[in-house]
Amino acid sequence: MLSCREETELMSQGFERPLTLGERLGLRMHLLFCKGCRATLRHFKFLRTATRAWRDQHHDF
Amino acid sequence: MTPQDLSHAVSGLRPRLLRFAQLQLREASAAEDAVQEALLAATMHAGQFQGASAAATWMFAILKNKIIDEFRRRSRQPQADVDVEQAQAFEEALEEQFDERGHWVSHPAAWADPQASLEQKRFWEVFEVCISGLPEKPARVFGMRELLGMETEEICKELKLSTSNCWVLLHRARLGLRDCLSRRWFGET
Repeated sequence: MLSCREETELMSQGFERPLTLGERLGLRMHLLFCKGCRATLRHFKFLRTATRAWRDQHHDF
Repeated sequence: MTPQDLSHAVSGLRPRLLRFAQLQLREASAAEDAVQEALLAATMHAGQFQGASAAATWMFAILKNKIIDEFRRRSRQPQADVDVEQAQAFEEALEEQFDERGHWVSHPAAWADPQASLEQKRFWEVFEVCISGLPEKPARVFGMRELLGMETEEICKELKLSTSNCWVLLHRARLGLRDCLSRRWFGET
């Protein structure tokens, strides 16, 4: 089982490349038991939403 | 469009272009230069545009390229000592969030209604402060990825980084921004 630190690396990479089946299963298991990583994944997703929103505000001509 | 029509159409656009460049280039003078060059390039091609929105889209594309040029130039330069120190301090702060086995020292907490924050002016100020607070390297890669909307492969190529290096920098940027927004906006302690 990966550590929280390693799982956050995978979560971040999930925005960059498709994770392998093994990585996804491992991550899902980890998230079942880890509240901190569940929150972190939502935070990462929100970061993307917020950054896109910022971008659109600045070049939505 | 005549150059006069164009300059009229884009005068209102300038502040937004400037802000966009400023958040990524950090130095006001570099942002000013990039915007100026984009405006100048657009003026020279005024005849090609059918309307203001085509000109704006085009100008934005030019500005993006100017920002990437500047990033490429900077990535080839040695980092200043203060930047190296800032990057080290940032790295240490991130590592302190985890114990020796790599588990959270204190679990990040869920954010209350983050979506509502997007409507608040003050949130965007904090957001910009957090992005500006990242060390240059992770900020650059994050900016290219999320603000310029580039693919990781393109970014690595432009900055001559390995893919895994790009991933590491994006991970550091995300962890750093997560932490900053938690502390400065969502009130996690």
